[in-house]
Amino acid sequence: MITTNLRIVAIVGSVALLLFIIELVRRRRLKEEYSVLWVTLALVLCLLAAWGGLLSSLTHAIGAVSQASTLYFFGLTLALFLLLHFSVRVSDLERRVVSMTQEIALLGASNRNGAANGGQPVSEIVRSAEEEGVAR
Amino acid sequence: MPSAAPVAPLSIIRNPYARPVTNAKLLVILPAYNEQGRVGRVVADVKETLPDAEVLVIDDASADATAKEAIEAGAITVSLPVNSGYGAALQTGYKYGTRNGFDVIGQIDADGQHKAEYLTTMLHALEEQDADVIIGSRFLDRDGHYQPSLARAMGIGLFGRIASLVTRQHISDPTSGFQLMRADVARFFCTEVYPTDYPDADILILLHRTGYRVREVPVQMRPSPGQSMHSGHRSAYYVYKMLLSIFVTLLRPRARTDTS
Repeated sequence: MITTNLRIVAIVGSVALLLFIIELVRRRRLKEEYSVLWVTLALVLCLLAAWGGLLSSLTHAIGAVSQASTLYFFGLTLALFLLLHFSVRVSDLERRVVSMTQEIALLGASNRNGAANGGQPVSEIVRSAEEEGVAR
Repeated sequence: MPSAAPVAPLSIIRNPYARPVTNAKLLVILPAYNEQGRVGRVVADVKETLPDAEVLVIDDASADATAKEAIEAGAITVSLPVNSGYGAALQTGYKYGTRNGFDVIGQIDADGQHKAEYLTTMLHALEEQDADVIIGSRFLDRDGHYQPSLARAMGIGLFGRIASLVTRQHISDPTSGFQLMRADVARFFCTEVYPTDYPDADILILLHRTGYRVREVPVQMRPSPGQSMHSGHRSAYYVYKMLLSIFVTLLRPRARTDTS
């Protein structure tokens, strides 16, 4: 069993997190897409704290001694997953930024020395960029 | 490595890419980061060695007058708006080359380490050795003209050995930025397979697994006058990155990518 105090702290904490996320989405500070994992984290914590039966059987299943550590375990696991998800997103963003940086540089050069370039029109460069999968 | 040059008709039959490169449209790219005072000379050297080649300097958001000097030396200059790294700069050159219909793309460091005169040797090797990529190796003729630091020599030795093991051919200098390739390879490098931070032994292994033929020719180097774009990486991270990159390259399926 977890203490009533911990139960209250966990429920209040996860509900507060949930409300904060909804508020961020409402004010358009957080895109819906990125709220999914946060909402999942808040809901899972809230569910575990409120449903004593689920928490005790999960504690047994993962071989933990204390139900409190089960709560922390799931909170931490989901938080780590969130961090990994952001690293993936950052890698993706970096790939896009590099690709756009290259396109800007190439466009700049073709504007400056169009003739030396074979006078390739900008639309042609953009088209071949799309074929290479830049817009991916 | 085949020692004798195959006669022309035979090489055309054996090598689907074999076109006489002597009349090919040639582009030489120079990735440059803060190479003021050096890049102009390299551009002039390349133009002198290969008067018909187009020279492209990719200025990786240098803080100095690299771009100005390159333009004055007569190179086409592309300026990246933000510093993006050695691999990203090279890839910009490959994109320029493939989009503008060049048949052969060479790359040479902008700090003056590489002697442009070897481009001729490499161009001949590309045609004669039935190859898609020619690497200018600093270690192939062991007369000790190039003396890297101990840590660098160990890194180059380790990854050279791994690359040799995987590709089952002798690779002595996987870090060399002095290369020459056919347009087909450059087109392959324009896709997301290319590491935009620091391409090295991993890309040689990828080329081998994709079915491209990589050959080395010996080149002599001048001592590096300073920090080149190459040495900008920290060595511990470099070793880690290269090991991981080679490992995952080997885990991926080896099917030849259709890059057309």
